[in-house]
Amino acid sequence: MFACARRFGEAGLGKSAINVRSAGGIERGFIVVVCRACPDPPCAKVCPADALEPRSGGGVILSPRRCIGCQLCVDACTIQAILWDEEMNKPLICVHCGMCVDFCPYSVIKLETTEVGQS
Amino acid sequence: MIKGDPLSRVLFVDLSLRRFWIEERQDLFEERLGGAGAAIELLQEECKRGVDPLGPRNPIVFAVGPLNGVFPLASKTVAMFKSPLTGNLGESHAGGRSAVAIRLAGYGAIVIKGASDTPVYLAIQDDRVNFRDASVLWGMQSSYTVGRVIRERESGGGIRTIMRIGGAGEKLVSYASVVTETYRHFGRLGLGAVFGSKKLKAVMIQGKRAVKVGDPKLCRETYRELYDAITESPAMKKYHDLGTPMNVNGLNELKALPTQNLKRAYFKAAHSISGEVFAEGFLGRRVACAHCPVACIHLAALRLPYEDEPYFYKTLMISYDYELIYALGSLLEVDSAEGVLRLVEAVETFGLDAMSSGVALAWATEAQERGLITEKETAGLKLRWSDFDTYIKAVELIVEQPNDFYRALARGVGYASSIYGGQDFALAFGGNEMSGYHTGPAAHIGHLTGARHSHLDGAGYSIDERAATSGKSPTAVEIADRLLEEERWRQILSSLVVCFFARGIYKPQVVAKALRVMGYELTSEDLMRKGAEILKSKHEYKASEGFDFSRLKLPRRILETPTPLGYLTEDLIKDGIRAYAGKIMLSQ
Repeated sequence: MFACARRFGEAGLGKSAINVRSAGGIERGFIVVVCRACPDPPCAKVCPADALEPRSGGGVILSPRRCIGCQLCVDACTIQAILWDEEMNKPLICVHCGMCVDFCPYSVIKLETTEVGQS
Repeated sequence: MIKGDPLSRVLFVDLSLRRFWIEERQDLFEERLGGAGAAIELLQEECKRGVDPLGPRNPIVFAVGPLNGVFPLASKTVAMFKSPLTGNLGESHAGGRSAVAIRLAGYGAIVIKGASDTPVYLAIQDDRVNFRDASVLWGMQSSYTVGRVIRERESGGGIRTIMRIGGAGEKLVSYASVVTETYRHFGRLGLGAVFGSKKLKAVMIQGKRAVKVGDPKLCRETYRELYDAITESPAMKKYHDLGTPMNVNGLNELKALPTQNLKRAYFKAAHSISGEVFAEGFLGRRVACAHCPVACIHLAALRLPYEDEPYFYKTLMISYDYELIYALGSLLEVDSAEGVLRLVEAVETFGLDAMSSGVALAWATEAQERGLITEKETAGLKLRWSDFDTYIKAVELIVEQPNDFYRALARGVGYASSIYGGQDFALAFGGNEMSGYHTGPAAHIGHLTGARHSHLDGAGYSIDERAATSGKSPTAVEIADRLLEEERWRQILSSLVVCFFARGIYKPQVVAKALRVMGYELTSEDLMRKGAEILKSKHEYKASEGFDFSRLKLPRRILETPTPLGYLTEDLIKDGIRAYAGKIMLSQ
């Protein structure tokens, strides 16, 4: 979460596109929610302003200029991988840069390139 | 500090008036960094001399520092208050998500004043404070259940802290803790009772702001250095592997493991409650505080059968650490990991400090053995070493307080022994119950002189362990010097607020560099000077509340049981106290 925020040269979590939370209490461990880079992303389909464009290789690219801040994309993501930038009033979209992977000492998250259709 | 860093904002909450307001205190965070440094100033300002620790005029201060939310292992919050256990400075630190949540909600400190006349819990969401009715939660004995209810009722999963009390805090047990994120605690010195006295069942705080840094490039570079040092350091790996319970066998072999109320410092069954046995037989999960790659929190999975039905089980996840295994294990001669875990579970459920609870049970067992108290006092219990089932019942009675004896025991062993006798074997120092280190003179001089009477103040055990290895015993004056130097430096770590486990990484020059990222231009020398000033402030507060080094009492028991460095003498310990006190006075 923190590594993701540092991409923008900031600390804290305001710009983080990763969500880590407990699975209903810490006794059950944690869930790490990151964008799965869907080949056919539902977030892009619901965007009324065409601000989210499917990205080659999966996932989406945000056009902040077009985004109207409606949050439909947040609701559309089945795994709740779209977080919200309260300061800018825009979605926080994972760009699959892999910076977070460098700061995961237990290899919970990985960056992999796969052929469409494979997982 | 960086202009506009929300660290400079202090949130005040008045429970009596149900009001809240925010004050800008850049001066405070500029001068005192944050954490312990800021908290002691706020306590001096808000806590008038001589107030009742369980009265509405005792404030609760939570403070974080400039490195929280920015660098790894800056994961702790400092709580400061007047302690109902010692009647003096109360200071306790906890991790979990508390520090990140406070910092990213946009505060450097939160001060909770007054008292509510009806049960309440606070839900702090960025700039808004909600006073929520807690009538339904009041009377809920289990800190776990309180957490579960609030978790489901409030938003902010993953970015919030839920600090709460169990039955012990409500019943004002002087060593009641505040539990946060189920497995972390403001354990020591009775913050839970202060919550209880205010009818404050819980405090939920959430936030996920961004924090501006002065130089993003320097920030990334410093982060990388810290992260690599932390993840590659063997010192940090030990906290991750077996965790602090690796000390059980080590201290036992040294003959420094307090056993049977410190009648001995060696436990013949120590191997059966060792870190290795816990890890191999019970370890179910390891987790970390927010913003820490170490994961030192060890959770044991304990499968318990229901008594009345075959093949019907529940599995509990219970956190364990060295101090719990000492206090609820060796000190009581509980000789099975399962027994220790069941006792830990009872203490955690009610929200009691594990160390004080274990010392209280150990003193009571010996007092009953010697006939100072009978089954009349214990409400029919026959306390026996190793009998954890009876100890669990005694824990329930400490919380319930059905008679004068349990009311006394709920105020700590110092108080209970002043009524029932047995002060010679009541293991408290400056009013705070002992930690698990009978390593030598420095551990006990540290317990007596440290600002919060904790082994973590100056880490005396580490001075003793070095003396045992090198064969060179330091003099009383040398011990006092080393304790003081360490304690002063730790004021800086606890002002940033960095976990003490990372003290080997966050050396003065590293701290100076990390602080530069946050807009502080300070040299190592400046930091050492600030550390000394913060400690001085704490001792000024303590002196104004009546603390006097010359009146410190030491339980004779520590002189009767040899340490790895031999028998301790009263003279050596008193010389150590005098030397420490002399240096503190000089600095005042």
